[in-house]
Amino acid sequence: MGKDKLFGLIDLDWRFELTKFKLIRVLFKSRWFPLLLILFNLFIFVVILLSAFLGGYSAGNYNFGIMLVWILWWVLLMLVLVPVFSRTWCMMCPFPIFGDWFQRRRLFGVTQGKLAGLNLKWPKFLKNMWIMNIGFLITTFFSGFFTVRPLATFILLGGIILLAFVLGLIFEKRSFCLYVCPVSGFQGLYSQFAASEIRRKDPEICRKHTLKTCYLGNEKGYGCPWLLLPFSFEKNTYCGMCLECFKTCPHDNMGFFLRPPGVDILQDTKREPRRIDEAYKAFIMLGIALMFYSVFQGPWGVLKDMVRATTMKGYLTYISAHALFSLVILPGIFLLFSWLSRIFSGNKDVPLKKIFVSFSYTLIPLGLGVWIGFSFGIILPNGSYILHIISDPFAWGWNVLGTANFPWTPVFTGLLGYLQGATLIVFYLFSLALGFRISKQIYPEKSQAQRGWIPILVFLTLITLIFLWLFIG
Amino acid sequence: MNVIFLRLKLQICLIVAMVLSGGLFASYCYAQEEKFFEIKAKKFSYTPHKIIVNKGDKVTLRLVSEDVTHGLYIDGYGLETKAHPGQDGSITFVAGKTGKFTFRCSVTCGEFHPYMVGNLIVGPNYRFYVYVLMILAIGVGSGVVIFRKSKE
Ligand code: SF4
Ligand code: SF4
Ligand SMILES: [Cu+2]
Repeated sequence: MGKDKLFGLIDLDWRFELTKFKLIRVLFKSRWFPLLLILFNLFIFVVILLSAFLGGYSAGNYNFGIMLVWILWWVLLMLVLVPVFSRTWCMMCPFPIFGDWFQRRRLFGVTQGKLAGLNLKWPKFLKNMWIMNIGFLITTFFSGFFTVRPLATFILLGGIILLAFVLGLIFEKRSFCLYVCPVSGFQGLYSQFAASEIRRKDPEICRKHTLKTCYLGNEKGYGCPWLLLPFSFEKNTYCGMCLECFKTCPHDNMGFFLRPPGVDILQDTKREPRRIDEAYKAFIMLGIALMFYSVFQGPWGVLKDMVRATTMKGYLTYISAHALFSLVILPGIFLLFSWLSRIFSGNKDVPLKKIFVSFSYTLIPLGLGVWIGFSFGIILPNGSYILHIISDPFAWGWNVLGTANFPWTPVFTGLLGYLQGATLIVFYLFSLALGFRISKQIYPEKSQAQRGWIPILVFLTLITLIFLWLFIG
Repeated sequence: MNVIFLRLKLQICLIVAMVLSGGLFASYCYAQEEKFFEIKAKKFSYTPHKIIVNKGDKVTLRLVSEDVTHGLYIDGYGLETKAHPGQDGSITFVAGKTGKFTFRCSVTCGEFHPYMVGNLIVGPNYRFYVYVLMILAIGVGSGVVIFRKSKE
């Protein structure tokens, strides 16, 4: 049997280890890394909070906090970090650092033994993405404020860091990151597509190493703060790339690899099964993308008035329509297509839920592509604001880098449509290529997989066309 | 007279275009007209929010502000005008590039200012059609490939 190749080109088992380079390996094993990145981001974060607070209720397009968070950070996240480097944001994220410091009772180095705080286990029924699903959806209800009013951004970010700290006092390790953080869920979901991964290198070495220091911790580092089993996990979703396992593995058996994009989407094992909460994350993210694009980059003033709550009635209509669409309508339509898939396949024994959940993972590449298209629409027209705000972060008339008077300059916005269209096509291709493989996993026979794939193919094509129309039609 | 002549030209062109059914040729057949639009700007949208013209049209946009100072910058064309309350702005240009272009407010006018946009659509929107065809071709093509494989 030949190897399974993506588009007939890229071997799905292809990996390129980056940690085989000494420099990277040494870096990953150092306790200074990623701590220095976190400290740097913490500093920026303080400036963001301060400027957002000072900015108050004014228009935010010349506010440091607003611009750095909603233009630079968000775009970097969606355009580069998540699609290429998985959860590297979590590697350098400052939100949970106060909780970490408290639990570890020190700023640097390794505390042996029990961590401080109550260290409670997260309740079992909440060990899923539902809090993050609902939490993030609710956050988007206020996007008409967060992204334009500095004070709203201040409240949001301040709230997140406070919550991260408080939950760090109560629950063990990074429970906040795993189950609560609003930006965690979609990073986890879309990092399944990412072109890189952290994994153990040789399973044989892990098997012989019976004292699993990567899980338990040792004098070099902590046991996986994300409660993963570094020696066996196969999906990026819940690996926060904190790099502790590189430090705690005495055999240098953890590696950071480049890989073909999207391979995690095909993972469906007992330990890491496809799940309905992750499926819903995919729907919610797609729904939000549709709503955001229409509201913020579409020409419809009515929608804008609703989102910024000029009237209470309009605002309530918006949030209920938005929630209804992401939670009921979109999944409902997908359920219909899943049902059609089963009919087409002629196999009545496969449970509908399995078809629905499994195929929903085809929305991961496409959804990410849509978000990338959306991000181009943010950064190209508005990127130039960043030059202004880094020179005058507090609007005190500073001109640190001499760019404070740089005028608003849209960059390459004439190419926006081409970029968005091309992005959609590339990610559509990934969705199709991975989707048919999912179909083969769902249905036992190849002919069933072929016929059962047709309705999903139609659905994905329709979604792609709808976004294409929104972007350039 | 002018109008009749234009109509005639259009008709002949359409017939030829139908015979040849060449997409490029069809574009020549859009009579090049002068088009005028008055766009009202008000926090945070334009009315009309969609301007539809054809390639080669000579387009004049008058920007009228109904509250504070607003601007209008057209992506791809790089043109800009501003309107203060009681003092209109205006742009005249030949729509040489086809496709959908966003026009954006270029003067900070309030909190939703970065989201104050409208669309200029210069037909025929080849870019869109080509992408649609590509997506359909990929969809159908991939389906064919998948079914072919089983016969091997
Ligand atoms: S899950 Fe959230 S808080 Fe935790 S590291 Fe990632 S972004 Fe930061
Ligand atoms: S497996 Fe755990 S310890 Fe290793 S990088 Fe990922 S989150 Fe950190
Ligand atoms: Cu304006």
